[in-house]
Amino acid sequence: MSLDHLDSLEAEAVHIFREAAAEFERPVLLFSGGKDSILMLHLAMKAFWPARVPFGLLHVDTGHNFPEVLAFRDRTVAEHGLRLEVAKVQDYIDDGRLRERADGTRNPLQTVPLLDAINAHRFDAVFGGGRRDEEKARAKERVFSLRDEFGQWDPRRQRPELWSLYNGKHRPGEHVRVFPLSNWTELDVWQYIEREKIELPAIYFAHERAVFRRGGMWLTAGEWGGPKDGETVETRSVRYRTVGDMSCTGAVDSDADTLQAIIAEIAASTLTERGATRADDKLSEAAMEDRKREGYF
Amino acid sequence: MTAIHEPPLHTPTGSLLRLATAGSVDDGKSTLVGRLLHDTKQVFADQLDAVERVSRERGLDGADLALLTDGLRAEREQGITIDVAYRYFATPRRRFILADTPGHVQYTRNMVTGASTAQLAVVLVDARHGVVEQTRRHVAVAALLKVPHVVLAVNKMDLVGYQESVFAPIADEFARYARALEVPEVTAIPISALAGDNVVDPSNAMDWYAGPTLLEHLEDVDVDHDPRHCAARFPVQYVLRPQSSEFRDYRGYAGQVTAGAFRPGDEVLVLPSGKRSTIAGIDRLGERDVEVAFAYQSVTLRLTDDVDVSRGDVIVPADRAPEVTQDVVATVCHIADRPLRAGDRVLLRHGTSTVKAVVRSLDSTLNLETLVRESGPEALHANDIGQITLRTAAPLPLDDYADHRRTGSFLLIDDADGATLTAGMVGVPLGTAAED
Repeated sequence: MSLDHLDSLEAEAVHIFREAAAEFERPVLLFSGGKDSILMLHLAMKAFWPARVPFGLLHVDTGHNFPEVLAFRDRTVAEHGLRLEVAKVQDYIDDGRLRERADGTRNPLQTVPLLDAINAHRFDAVFGGGRRDEEKARAKERVFSLRDEFGQWDPRRQRPELWSLYNGKHRPGEHVRVFPLSNWTELDVWQYIEREKIELPAIYFAHERAVFRRGGMWLTAGEWGGPKDGETVETRSVRYRTVGDMSCTGAVDSDADTLQAIIAEIAASTLTERGATRADDKLSEAAMEDRKREGYF
Repeated sequence: MTAIHEPPLHTPTGSLLRLATAGSVDDGKSTLVGRLLHDTKQVFADQLDAVERVSRERGLDGADLALLTDGLRAEREQGITIDVAYRYFATPRRRFILADTPGHVQYTRNMVTGASTAQLAVVLVDARHGVVEQTRRHVAVAALLKVPHVVLAVNKMDLVGYQESVFAPIADEFARYARALEVPEVTAIPISALAGDNVVDPSNAMDWYAGPTLLEHLEDVDVDHDPRHCAARFPVQYVLRPQSSEFRDYRGYAGQVTAGAFRPGDEVLVLPSGKRSTIAGIDRLGERDVEVAFAYQSVTLRLTDDVDVSRGDVIVPADRAPEVTQDVVATVCHIADRPLRAGDRVLLRHGTSTVKAVVRSLDSTLNLETLVRESGPEALHANDIGQITLRTAAPLPLDDYADHRRTGSFLLIDDADGATLTAGMVGVPLGTAAED
């Protein structure tokens, strides 16, 4: 009797969900409508079946979303009778609490609304879909990651995690980020999505889209500030490997329009998910570590 | 090391192996991890580009593979690994989670952390130096943590002319030492992480070696759990009571089987209360009434009786129950920078329960080099391994760590700020008592 690798990862993620739900007063699941958060919700529903998922969802909305993804988010929430809170970067920009960056990228701006929402709702545990394979600062991340009252991550003061004993003790004002997918890779995520027949927004599959080239990536034209002079729009067959802020999430050239084709494409890719599609990680060698220290995921 | 490799053309579907690496700073551990990742085609072009760019900026000739794994600013600045990191790679036969643990003496706690979940430990030695103090320390930690498989990787064989006469005595000495520590299985492999000999691809330079490469061994090693030999254990995590129209009377105990197997009809005890019941049914993540639940599945058990069961309880077979006690004798590794002393009041986290506890006595510390237990320490400091006695505020069902890693282990936690202080293993410690 043994488990294959997807069964092992599933059993571990479910164990983590149940531990956090039992140990914390007010957990919340970060949900953007992207594949990792959809997978997280699927695992949470399995973990607590036949009871309801005992926590709500939180979306930090940059205002630069793909409309298909927002529609998917809202449909999912309605279908399963879930609670969704939305924290909007746009509100912060409109009333002057945040300023638009020169490069137009709003991903780094999410940290403030996220931390405000955590404070306002007194969330003490926040489930995130971060994976250690995404980036080398994330490779150092714990499954239960303590954040101080300012939401900061200090990589040198992390609690060692031994066996499957997750220590969720925290003081008032502190909270814990919980990462049930820590040990999953991008390929595991897609293999599991295929095995479980999990529905995804259409932009993950190859489709014709009007895009333009910037910083080595195909970006979708939109109100967020592209294309600029000298950037020309063309129609190409593309798909998205990650879904985030439109201003910094690139599409990849692809004909993969089925889950099998996507899995084959990822297995053969020579680029990491983030390397291929995320402009914000290219800002510096330690961009992710620096943002995580400030409270980002 | 600079060429962009062929892409990996496989999607793994096999089992999952968790392994930990141990090795001193200069044994080439980062190079070995880099080599494993690189030769199994897990290093992506953008990652390699970044490594090459940074290597160039630092004036190095080639790409420094250690940069693939040292992820924090402070690590890159100091050129050392500070903290455990987890790496992922796969072959068509198996998926691997590698706990990349720092080798410094002062980071014993990190080795303990990495080894706690490992099914296999790779201990690296430099062929020029052979088995040194640090090697003995690594094997002792693997033995202490009951890692079932230990691999000795004799590295830098290229620097000793690939000679069997260098490898064989190191392998012998290591095997003798590991046997004395009751490590169940030891395999020795001569490698060169730098040149790539016997890591993923077989070496042409060592015809005398007929065994597997490191990767072949990792793919082949048998880590399947055989539940017939192991008493079943089920720490209750969460009580599921949907109270919906469809599941009005449903009451299920959600958790992960940590050892053995359960079947409907099994007579069970709920510990620590000792109430007896029978398994009425088992549900597995939305699937109703499965025939069996075995380690390490996450499932939901239903019982025939309406007994009082809550988070922190452990469900066990009626005829193979652990001892329920408030007195705990354990081997511990102290983790926190603040010392642990007799009289300290702490929280003890065991399985899914957390109880108050007091440190009754510090009985001995273990010298990892000599394996002698030195009695009567005044305090346990960070990275110390010792034997302590605790008294808990409530009875706990405690297994011996030698039999059950999950229900034989615990953490001590500081109630004031929640810091993890100490990692504990129930039972008789390693080593021999000091003679005086």
